[in-house]
Parts: sequence; structure tokens; C-alpha cells
Amino acid sequence: MPASQTVSPAGVEEIIARHLHREGPLLPILHDLQDHFGCIPAEARPAIAAALNITQAEVHGVISFYHDFREEPAGRHVLKICRSEACQSMGGTALGEAVLTLLGLGWGETSADGRITVEPVYCLGLCACAPAAMVNGKLKGRAEAKALVAEVSA
Amino acid sequence: MKLYLSRDAAAKALGSEEVAEAILSEAAARGIEVSLTRTGSRGMTWLEPLLEVERDGVRHGYGPMTPETVPALFDGTLDGLGPVEAIPFFARQNRLTFARVGLIDPLSLAEYEAHGGLSGLRRALGMRAEHIIDEVKESGLRGRGGAGFPTGIKWDTVRLAPVERKYIVCNADEGDSGTFADRMLIEGDPLSLIEGMVIAGLGTGATQGYVYIRSEYPDAIAVMQEAIDIARANGVLGDVMGSGRRFDMEVRVGAGAYVCGEETSLLNSLEGKRGVVRAKPPLPALEGFLGRPTVVNNVLSLATIPVIFEKGAAHYAGLGLGRSKGTMPIQIAGNVARGGLFETAFGMPLGELVKDVAGGTATGRPVKAVQVGGPLGAYFAPGQFDTPFGYEEFDGAGGLIGHAGIVVFDDSADMLGLARFAMEFCAVESCGKCTPCRIGAVRGVETLDRVAKGDASAVPLLVDLCETMKDGSLCALGGFTPYPVLSALRLFPEEFAAQQEAAE
Repeated sequence: MPASQTVSPAGVEEIIARHLHREGPLLPILHDLQDHFGCIPAEARPAIAAALNITQAEVHGVISFYHDFREEPAGRHVLKICRSEACQSMGGTALGEAVLTLLGLGWGETSADGRITVEPVYCLGLCACAPAAMVNGKLKGRAEAKALVAEVSA
Repeated sequence: MKLYLSRDAAAKALGSEEVAEAILSEAAARGIEVSLTRTGSRGMTWLEPLLEVERDGVRHGYGPMTPETVPALFDGTLDGLGPVEAIPFFARQNRLTFARVGLIDPLSLAEYEAHGGLSGLRRALGMRAEHIIDEVKESGLRGRGGAGFPTGIKWDTVRLAPVERKYIVCNADEGDSGTFADRMLIEGDPLSLIEGMVIAGLGTGATQGYVYIRSEYPDAIAVMQEAIDIARANGVLGDVMGSGRRFDMEVRVGAGAYVCGEETSLLNSLEGKRGVVRAKPPLPALEGFLGRPTVVNNVLSLATIPVIFEKGAAHYAGLGLGRSKGTMPIQIAGNVARGGLFETAFGMPLGELVKDVAGGTATGRPVKAVQVGGPLGAYFAPGQFDTPFGYEEFDGAGGLIGHAGIVVFDDSADMLGLARFAMEFCAVESCGKCTPCRIGAVRGVETLDRVAKGDASAVPLLVDLCETMKDGSLCALGGFTPYPVLSALRLFPEEFAAQQEAAE
């Protein structure tokens, strides 16, 4: 899981500099920032815009387009549950509802204590062992609600 | 003891890491020397984690394994599945693209070469660019991403473009539910994808490649990155096999946008922009990545190139049905007894795949419908099970094969709910560029909610909306979302009317 580090201008600059030699460096920069800080810190935007010679509005446009990029860090545990058709055929809808009920959260929400974020995902490529989920980056086939919740309750 | 165990993401999701750990500690406790090779998956997902034990050169299968069954394996009391390649699901396949997947250590260049790897590239290095293109054209290979466009013609357009810097972009943004062949190929035989991309570079004059992998596939990303490093260190990338010809490549990671599987949206994303769709023309083959000529091909298209050059175009074109040449790695998923990857020549009837190969549903209930080709593919009912698996044949039956994923549903499936989900998914994932998709999907959800409440007048409106989306959308997201919706309506009209009677 991404470790949330304190945002420092030097840290941001260093991450941006790592990717400037690439063709189309913005997504690699954003991924790297999020891996490092747990989200795309607002402070990083002017630096990205300046380095790539684009506007801050364009940076915002890209960040907000993609589901992966966060403006705030996620909870300490991140639980992703597949909502797609193959998982639906094996009870994926009920799995998602059961997990949300057990956690008392809605899709995309983080618990008040910052312990857990639960998100929908559209296909993890585990369609032959559905329903599928991902707990803190670890994949689960034939997932069960209680086991998933137990893993993020530790 | 010589053992093989998959490191494929599906095997891991079913506990292969725990099994590997148990094997190593049990072997250590018993003082037995074992060599445990981690491979890709054989594609028999219902048997994963599938352990293979080599005896007299034949690999015998045990699965699904759990850490608890490991002691019995060492005691010799565990019931096995017999030789893995004799298991009917495996034995009746014709594996060309997936020949090495599950067989070898995906990151061993030596094993790759020992099983035919790099012989296609060596042959291509001795050919002129136009002859490379001719070979691909003669093989009849069509784009495996879904559109089925002839690969050789696309390559030729790029070859003939009078621009110095050109690109090969591999589309590994496999977002369609029910598909996982790209993931399995990258995790199980990434060197074949690299070899295919290098050959594409030789044929078109491109010197740089990108593999755009979705972020939902962390295992595939890691394996691909490692494979590229290995290929570069061993002279497959860079100065290609010491030929003086250059080709290098890089992995790029998506960020959770389904629409980036559409090629122009993918190119925008690769450039660091919002993943909005571009209008065509210009074709990416002429103005693609950074405005330069670009081949955008699916993982399976590119990974099939080496075997075409190894065995010759005629061998590949000799398989298949009509204009659907060669083999297709079909992914059987959802509610099935035997799910996994089944590569076979085009032409097998859908029903044979669902009933004989997959063994019907996992729940044991009757099959109600199957969705072929991902979330944008049509539903098929058992009455259409004689449809042979081919591009034109499925088109003729009102559907598409797409990326060849088959999702099976039993009789508990809620077709109205699935139709609504198709519209909801389109609304969530629409890039927002064109109105029929951006607005149409939202109106589609609302209209289906009216149908669910018993408003019969909403059905013709839904059909009309679907026609508008089909004809007016820029790309397949808005253009094909009507396929699952209209096919569900056509096949199960009572589910779109029953609500009304209940309301009355």
C-alpha cells in the first residue's frame, strides 16, 4: 500500500524530474506521486504544470478523468470489489451489498476512522473464478463477504 | 522432485502462494530436494492452484491444491488428475498463441528459446519489410482486440507512411468483463509479446514500442517490466539480435478508465491527456501517438506474430473458418463448471463451448443466457447455440465475438437488471466526448427504470435511444452498449413486460 509521506516541494520536484525524459510523462508522474504520497497532493499541481508547460486546469482535467487518481489519501485498507457481469453471474452483486452493509459504507466511501475505503472495480481479470475482489493489492477469487471484511478489520 | 506451479494472478487469487510456501516448508521438513518452477497458468482455472509433478518427462497434475493437501502429496496418497496435457479440456485445444503459457518459466529466455521462441524473429530479420507485411497478410490474422481488422493491412499503412519516427503500441487495457487472455499471456509468456512487437517494428520501420497495461493488473505489469529488462539485457531489444536494427519498448500503466481500451483514447492517455476518444480520420496508422504513424494492436494479435513467422503464414491460415483464420484464445467465465482459457481454431459452435467444454453452469442450474464479447457484447440464448465461433458468423447472429470472452448466466439471471447495468456502466465510463454516449447512457438508465416500474411506453423509447447511440456514437462504448440491452430485450421480452403486469 502506498505510504503517505509528508509532501515536500523537493520530493515533488524529484518525482517529476524522474519522468521528464519520457514521451507523454504526465501519467507516469501522477502514478509515481500517488505511490509516494497516497494521493496527488494539491501542492504538486503548479509544479507539474510548470514542468510540462501546461496549465493547472489541464493537470486537474487529467487527474479528475481517471478513477485511480485520488485528491485525498484512501483509508489504511483499500477493498475493491468487482461489479462486472462475470462476477454478477456468480453472486457479485450480493457480495458487494453484503460487504457494504457489514462495513456500513457506500461505494467509494472511507470509514470515519480512516481505516477502510471500499471501491467498485470493473473487472480484475479473474472472471473464471468469480466473484473477485482485491484487498490491499492482493487478489481474491471466489470471494466471500465475511472473509473480506475480516481481512480489513484487523 | 521437479514441480511446477502457476504464478498467474488467478492462481494467486485462489491461494497458489500459500500452496508454494507449504510445499517448500514440507519438503524442507522431510529433507526432500525439490525444484519448484513458477509458470503461467494452463488456463484450467477451476483446477487452480494446479500443481504439476514431473515423472519420466511427463507432467502430472494435482488440483485444486490447498496447503492442507501438501503432506498427502509427499506421502504419495494424493489423488491426481493424470498427465496434465491429457485432461480433456486441455487435450482438445490447438494452442498456438498460448503454446508456452503454463509450460515454461515466463521469465526464462533459455526456456523460451528451447520452445521455439525467437525463431520467428530470426526469420523476420532476414526478410525485407514488405515481405514481413506479406507474411502477416497471408496468415489472415485479424485484430484480436475485438474489431477484427486485418493486421497486415494496418501494418502496411504504417510502413508506407513517409515519416521517420513511428510507434508500435500494444493495447493491454483489457477492461472487458469475462476476458483475461491478455493478462494470462503477459503473465505466462511475455517474451512472445516482445518478440511480436519487435517483428512489427521491423515490418513497419517503427523503433519504439509501448505496452499500455491497465492498473487493475499489477501482476502483469510486474512481469512485463521484468521481461523487457531481460530482453534488453540479452540483446533482443535495443540493437535487435546484433542486426544493427533498433527497437526498444516501455510499459505504461493505465489509471482505471475503461474507455482507454479504445485505441484513440488510449493514445491520448499515453500522451498524458484525458482519455477522450478522437474522431477518425485521421487513422492512428497515419497520425497516432504524438501525431506520428502508429500501429495499435491487441496483446493477442502481437503475441501471435512469432508463431506465424516460426511456422509460416500458410500453417496459421490453414486453420479456422471462412475469413476468421487461425485460432482464438476463448475465455470461458462466469457461472461455469469449468472456466478458463480455451484456444481453438475458429468455427466451434457456441453451444459446444458452453456445454461440452465448460460443462454447463457451476450452480448446476440451466443456462439462461451467455454474453459474448464483454460488456458491449450481445446476449445469446440457448436457441442460438449452433452459431459457429467466427467474426462474420456472430455478426450475422446480431452479436460480436469481441475479445472472445464468454460469460455464462444460469436461470436466476435478471436480464432487465443486466440491461440496466450495461447503461449504467456506459454512463460511468463514458469519456464525455460525444452526446449519444454521454447523455444517452444516463437516459438509458432512467428509461430502464421506467420499464421496471411498469411503464410500457418506455420500451419503444428505449429502442429508439439505442438506435441513436448505435448510429451517433464516436466509438464502440456508446455504439455497442445497445448490443447487450437490445439483445436482452429481444430474447427475454417478458422480463421487460412482466413488471408492468405486476404493477397493474
